[in-house]
Amino acid sequence: MSLTAADISRIANLARLELAPAESERMLTQINGFFDIVEQMRAVDTSGIEPLAHPVASVRDIALRLREDIASEPNQREANQRSAPAVERGLFLVPKVIE
Amino acid sequence: MTQASSDLHHLSVAELARRLRERKVSAVETAQHFLARVRAHEALGAFVDLNEEVTLAQARAADQALAAGTAGALAGVPMAHKDIFVTKDFVSTAGSRMLAGYHSPFDATVVSRLGQGVAGGVPGAGMVTLGKVNCDEFAMGSANENSAVAPLGHSGPAPVRNPWDNSRIPGGSSGGSAAAVAARLAPAASGTDTGGSIRQPASFCGITGIKPTYGRASRYGMIAYASSLDQAGPMARSAEDCALLLSAMCGPDLDRDSTSLDVPAEDFARSLKDSISGLRIGIPKEFFGEGLAPDVRATVDAALKEYEKLGAKLIPISLPRTELSIPVYYIIAPAEASSNLSRFDGVKFGHRAKDYTDLVDMYKKTRAQGFGDEVKRRIMIGTYVLSHGYYDAYYLQAQKIRRMIADDFQQAFKACDVIAGPVAPTVAWKIGEKADDPVANYLADIFTLPASLAGLPGMSVPAGFGAGNMPVGLQLIGNYFSEARLLNAAHQLQQATDFHLRQPEGI
Repeated sequence: MSLTAADISRIANLARLELAPAESERMLTQINGFFDIVEQMRAVDTSGIEPLAHPVASVRDIALRLREDIASEPNQREANQRSAPAVERGLFLVPKVIE
Repeated sequence: MTQASSDLHHLSVAELARRLRERKVSAVETAQHFLARVRAHEALGAFVDLNEEVTLAQARAADQALAAGTAGALAGVPMAHKDIFVTKDFVSTAGSRMLAGYHSPFDATVVSRLGQGVAGGVPGAGMVTLGKVNCDEFAMGSANENSAVAPLGHSGPAPVRNPWDNSRIPGGSSGGSAAAVAARLAPAASGTDTGGSIRQPASFCGITGIKPTYGRASRYGMIAYASSLDQAGPMARSAEDCALLLSAMCGPDLDRDSTSLDVPAEDFARSLKDSISGLRIGIPKEFFGEGLAPDVRATVDAALKEYEKLGAKLIPISLPRTELSIPVYYIIAPAEASSNLSRFDGVKFGHRAKDYTDLVDMYKKTRAQGFGDEVKRRIMIGTYVLSHGYYDAYYLQAQKIRRMIADDFQQAFKACDVIAGPVAPTVAWKIGEKADDPVANYLADIFTLPASLAGLPGMSVPAGFGAGNMPVGLQLIGNYFSEARLLNAAHQLQQATDFHLRQPEGI
């Protein structure tokens, strides 16, 4: 299996990454080099095997916890916005999205 | 000043804690001593941020607590934190331009538990934060060559140097942590291990490091790379020190980390002194194949002989899917990374591009400028394997083989108590040697990836020296929740050998 320049461009768009032409080209070579080592994995017979997400679930039941939907933190708006690129009157600013 | 203060950096965490408790040395004096050492060794590139005012204030608080008899177990002992843990009083960059200068509004649970905070109602151990240490960007790397942050005393990004040979890499991603401990700039440092990022740099720098069972240490405030693999652990010079630090670090954090296990904190030092006579050490044949450098093999073999002298039995075992762990890991970790790193969009924190045409263009330019090459590669791989039409063939298939790898370990542990082998196929390589070959870096992770995928505890213990007189680590892997036994095995080796006490020249 080999990716094409069009694949790289499609994936970069999905990942919201702008790639310069030289970068795309390098990425194509490197990712194809990587998928060479992935091929051996595709041939493994995994029929009847359950996927493993939490590793300890291989030996005991692991239930992902949900906590009550109640506010547990004090209002940290100022601290949380201290590192924001653009803020006005306590709101995060983004480029206009609705005409 | 006490007469011993010029030697403080040679003391173990255990010994420093004892002298602080006995008031033979003050926490302030200790902090000043280590801060001066950090400044004197800036050329190593290990530290990325200090805040002397905060460090000294924490040291004064530790001295007061020690005087009042209210101090935690490790009160006043300084510690460096990998810059992947968020901290209020120091920058939190994850080695990325994306987070240059970023300050978190809160401390990571691990930082609170080791320090002077309170996490989950448990008061911290009272350690003093010395500063933040360098790492690969978002913990992605095996050489610490992927950091975009300028270390202290440097005007731009610079590689962390291995204290044993400044022309070599310290390993990664916790390279700054390993270099700082090996160079005696800190008695201990935190690290994180996703695919070997504690064990491999510990091996390359001749120190001791342990990654506990996945879910033991809280991931709250640990900047996420691959959530189902990321695990925090301590790096120090001895197994005893690691046991003390790990006991303070671990414990449930149920409200803040949904994967934190509801398993009580333990005293991991409780069985350090137990005899290991009769211990069954499994030797996986796949870890000793042709890819293993002869010098590393000879050093590891010598350490295993040492274990036999201590009464342990070596049992041949097989971990048949060792080689498969490379593609499986490099599918799962990038998949999770591509999801975790989608939060860096230039809106709520971190870098934002200056010029853009609309919102999507802002995202794309922000991420193009903020992320380095390796991070972009993994985001691309992750996005691809999760995309429509490829999810089953790659991501799901990798998760299924992940279970088979975990099952292989359970099969192996029927015949043995711990598993031993090399941490890495070679000693630390030269800076720049593999920098342009990402796949070569991936292949070098082969011996650490299996335990990561299975979520098992693993450690690196100094085992001797290989080519170029560079340190070699012995990897010990235990079954789930068997950290105390692993540390016992490591401690017993350290009672019989002195590799963990050796230090680099010029330090």
